[in-house]
Amino acid sequence: MSERVLMTGNEALAEGAIAGGCRYFFGYPITPQNAIPQYMAEHMPEVGGVYLQAESELASINLVYGAASTGAYVMTSSSSPGISLMQEGLSYILGSELPCVVVNMVRGGPGLGNISAAQSDYWLATRGAGHGDGRCLTFAPHSVQELHDWGADAFPIAQKYRAPVMILADGLLANMAEAVRLRERQEPPPRTQEWAVGGERNGRPRRIINSLWTDVEVMEAVNRRMAERFEQAAANETRWEEYGDDSPDFVFAAYGICARICKTAIDRLAEEGIRARLIRPISLLPFPARPFYEWAERVSRIVCVELSLGQFIEDVRLASACRCPVELIWHTGGVLLTPEEVMARVKEML
Amino acid sequence: MAEAKQIAEGEPIYRRPAGLTETQMRYCPGCTHGTAHKLIAEVLEELELIDRTVAIATVGCSVYAYEYFNTDAVEAAHGRGPAVATGIKRVSPETIVFTYQGDGDLAAIGLSEVIHAAQRGENITVAFINNAVFGMTRGQMAPTTLVGQKTTTTPLGRDPKLAGMPMMVCELLATIPGVAYLARETMIDPHTVRNARRSIKKAFQSQVDGAGFSLVELVSTCPAWWHKDPIESMAWVRDEMLKQYPLKVFVDYEA
Repeated sequence: MSERVLMTGNEALAEGAIAGGCRYFFGYPITPQNAIPQYMAEHMPEVGGVYLQAESELASINLVYGAASTGAYVMTSSSSPGISLMQEGLSYILGSELPCVVVNMVRGGPGLGNISAAQSDYWLATRGAGHGDGRCLTFAPHSVQELHDWGADAFPIAQKYRAPVMILADGLLANMAEAVRLRERQEPPPRTQEWAVGGERNGRPRRIINSLWTDVEVMEAVNRRMAERFEQAAANETRWEEYGDDSPDFVFAAYGICARICKTAIDRLAEEGIRARLIRPISLLPFPARPFYEWAERVSRIVCVELSLGQFIEDVRLASACRCPVELIWHTGGVLLTPEEVMARVKEML
Repeated sequence: MAEAKQIAEGEPIYRRPAGLTETQMRYCPGCTHGTAHKLIAEVLEELELIDRTVAIATVGCSVYAYEYFNTDAVEAAHGRGPAVATGIKRVSPETIVFTYQGDGDLAAIGLSEVIHAAQRGENITVAFINNAVFGMTRGQMAPTTLVGQKTTTTPLGRDPKLAGMPMMVCELLATIPGVAYLARETMIDPHTVRNARRSIKKAFQSQVDGAGFSLVELVSTCPAWWHKDPIESMAWVRDEMLKQYPLKVFVDYEA
């Protein structure tokens, strides 16, 4: 289909999920992602799916856990305070080796915060998906088209690695409108996973979905298995984009909405003779360390641009291995950066 | 008088129900979890549901229930059983789904989940094991602990001025239209065990019939943390627990 439609990020992501085969959505209202459950409520019946509004985000993630145990393509979405409530459930989903998709449209925080955009849940996504050693695969779109595509592509990735996949975006990406090329709606595959419960057993041995292992050797073996699958994910699903000059003076590091700001800044800086390049991680976990490591040797500095006090910058510092200074341009709490401010601060640094 | 059934020489007069595995249970001597498991397992066998049932094991002494019920099983986080059960039922309505929850799991941390499942008329069955204490964690006060009952967190006895009165879960849920079958039973003598079995059967039948939410509260013993022997525990249920928690069928969709 070559036609494009104008959609907001929230709607595009929801439609992408349906196109990718999502047939079960459980969620709860929270700004700035309310259009996602609303879209699901309206469109799930068209594909014979189920929209159920839960009584809380705590219930939402447990509804997801139940549906995931049957092998279904299931999703929930929320924003920062609601994601905090889902951390327990994410730990159980990780420990039980189940697939699902979780969307976080990040808002200002901590606490109740505000409904403006922020990127202060980087740690929550990549470090804080509940207690324990689980790794929640995390991907960060930077456009409405990417939100749509990840809405669909997150499901087979979750199934392949038997883990939750978090789509991390923000209140701005969620509510801005851009032209989207829509995917054709596909059916999910039949629920025939060898671990899935429910339905008629017809004599097959019974199956247990569990994260309780009081035998510590068994618990460690489960963790080892999770780690091996994560290593496979790191080998296959690490993604990033590079944009800008091939011989840059410095490199921007940014994801999501900040990557859009940096791309504009790069174009305008080029007009002034300042050469910059952007490394835009698309997978945040697994983190694309290699481009940072390689470019850090060739530039004067890496400039991290994020809407937080400095979370993403830690992974950039780790990846660049002290080969060059790593600076931070930031706002947080819902205050937004602009290309003008980024350019001004960069010029101060140079 | 009904005709007595003839039992052939050598034929067993009692066996483990097909709904139970052969795994030896960990429960304490005198604990009525064993009886509750057995009754559920017998009902699943009688109604021919074993092959399409998912048991939701929950947090408490019930945490190992997935080892004992001869069905698929999913372990839920503390209190979340009814939400997990709902997720499965919404994907696979033909699957029989039940939770097995203690009073800490259901009436403390999980109260919202069970009320909302009932409010939605969710077509699941809940076995609610009420023994007035947190058992697995060694004897703290629960919402259903009796006034004056000593526990590790009410060493001087439960004081309603500090901790409120015991929670009456069936009475709370009885007001909800989505409930198809709701009963409080116990298992302290053959008569009450038979009544408990009858209520458990009606509860699962209501799920098979698609009638709505079902819950059977089973007033149970905890000899370990009541610091009583099994016989004293049964007596304490009869003499004290049943005064607070009267046995009753609250809602019957067929009545």
